[in-house]
Amino acid sequence: MNSKILKLIENNARISDADIATIVGISEKEVKAAIHEMESAGIIRGYKTVIDREKLSDDAVSATIELKVVPKAERGFEEVAERIALYPEVESVSLMSGGCDLSVVVTGKTFREVSAFVSKELATIDAVTATSTQFIMKRYKDYGVLLTDEEKDERDAVSL
Amino acid sequence: MIDYEKILSSTVRDMKPSGIRKFFDIANTMKDVISLGVGEPDFPTPRAVRSAGIRSLELAKTKYTSNRGLELLRQEIQTYVYKKYNIQYEPTSEVLITVGGSEAIDATIRAIVNPGDEVIIPEPSYVCYEPITRLAGGVPVVINTKAENDFKLTPEELLSAITPKTKALILPYPCNPTGAIMEREDLEKIAKVLRDTDIIVISDEIYAELTFGGTKHVSIASLEGMKERTVLINGFSKTFSMTGWRLGYACGPEPILTQITKIHQYAIMCAPTTSQYAAIEALRSCDEAVANMLEEYDARRKVIVKGFNDLGLECREPKGAFYAFPSIKSTGLTSEEFCERLLYSKKVALVPGNAFGESGEGHVRASYCYSLSHIKEALERIGEFLEELKKQ
Repeated sequence: MNSKILKLIENNARISDADIATIVGISEKEVKAAIHEMESAGIIRGYKTVIDREKLSDDAVSATIELKVVPKAERGFEEVAERIALYPEVESVSLMSGGCDLSVVVTGKTFREVSAFVSKELATIDAVTATSTQFIMKRYKDYGVLLTDEEKDERDAVSL
Repeated sequence: MIDYEKILSSTVRDMKPSGIRKFFDIANTMKDVISLGVGEPDFPTPRAVRSAGIRSLELAKTKYTSNRGLELLRQEIQTYVYKKYNIQYEPTSEVLITVGGSEAIDATIRAIVNPGDEVIIPEPSYVCYEPITRLAGGVPVVINTKAENDFKLTPEELLSAITPKTKALILPYPCNPTGAIMEREDLEKIAKVLRDTDIIVISDEIYAELTFGGTKHVSIASLEGMKERTVLINGFSKTFSMTGWRLGYACGPEPILTQITKIHQYAIMCAPTTSQYAAIEALRSCDEAVANMLEEYDARRKVIVKGFNDLGLECREPKGAFYAFPSIKSTGLTSEEFCERLLYSKKVALVPGNAFGESGEGHVRASYCYSLSHIKEALERIGEFLEELKKQ
């Protein structure tokens, strides 16, 4: 049941409890309880909105920064990763396989602001030995949602 | 000047165009309509199927196939029909690939009906059976199935429609527009009526894979003694969201299939080759894609049925296809009045139930081949419409 609910709100966090109840076949009260339980257990960590910033006059700039990191004896990459995650400018931090160790997505108001953040904050962390910054030029899909304009429904309004 | 009225076939001239012309024309030309009106899936054809079609084009597999269709596809159909419905057909002589289920229906009726033969058609149902029967010189005998029976065909209704002239019974389940299905025990009762007759069942099972609530489709051809008197018709349009590929098939006893194949041979040659290659992939690898679509339909189905009932439009649970068929009798309007006024005042398009036969009067068909948010928006507007009706 929880996995069914999760699937529904993962695709659309704004779906009403009433609709979830109808689809899953339980009461609204049970839906609320199940969601609360998943929130408490840390399975559901939050709800965000997918915004197409190009549609706003909001020129936020994002970059993916690959970091090489010297792991600490006891805690490996954890300490650095957790420290980086605390910056509000940082959208995501992931430990990677392959060429780099951590991959960080940073968002700022301007190109300059993001560059400054990388050179003054990330690059200066002792354990970080190298950074490689790639600015995002255009997003086509984010959080599984297409940002390109949806195709028109080509079907007639009525057919038998 | 030619007087076309005099030279055209009177049978064809007397045929009504499908649907309710005026209403359909308005709905299909109006802008910004929130429609629940279509009879086809909204999902794209599964990618694997599209890729298989493209691959066949790149390999220039663009010749005619054999009249019956690609042997490989017929073998896959045999395997599929056996696995799903437990019926064994011989792919070389008992399976024919057609241009959609539609062609199979047409050719089957033409292969069976002599002038004056009666064809029993349960309604409300899809609109093609009656005109095709007439084209073949047959006489349609309509059974008006009833809402209180969940629009199932009952053995009593069937018995009272049978005469010495009865040649065939159309069995259109799961049913467009009612969403009715015939479960095994329902079919057993029908089979019992037919076993001692020479009546052929034309079983249009195009929605077979779209059944809900754990009820699996049963084909009447799988019941004892019925395979020999049944032509099973199915296709790829609804299950695999392949409406534009135009591909279907007929399975049945060799003597009937031989005659159907002759008509197909002269009228069509063969079904589209690209579509046939794509269809092989659909049967082989799309179980998961179909299951995902079914899950999505089921969610929408529950929301739309509850939505209509909450609005005071009684809506029985449709167990198959992708339509809800609520009653609008409480409004005091006819189906057409309801749909026209709803379209003009709220730009929501439904299909009047009487488009599917007189017994559909008092109902409207709402398709849930739309996203949940689209369905919610339409329901909201229907709610506003009903409120405004009450005030008048």
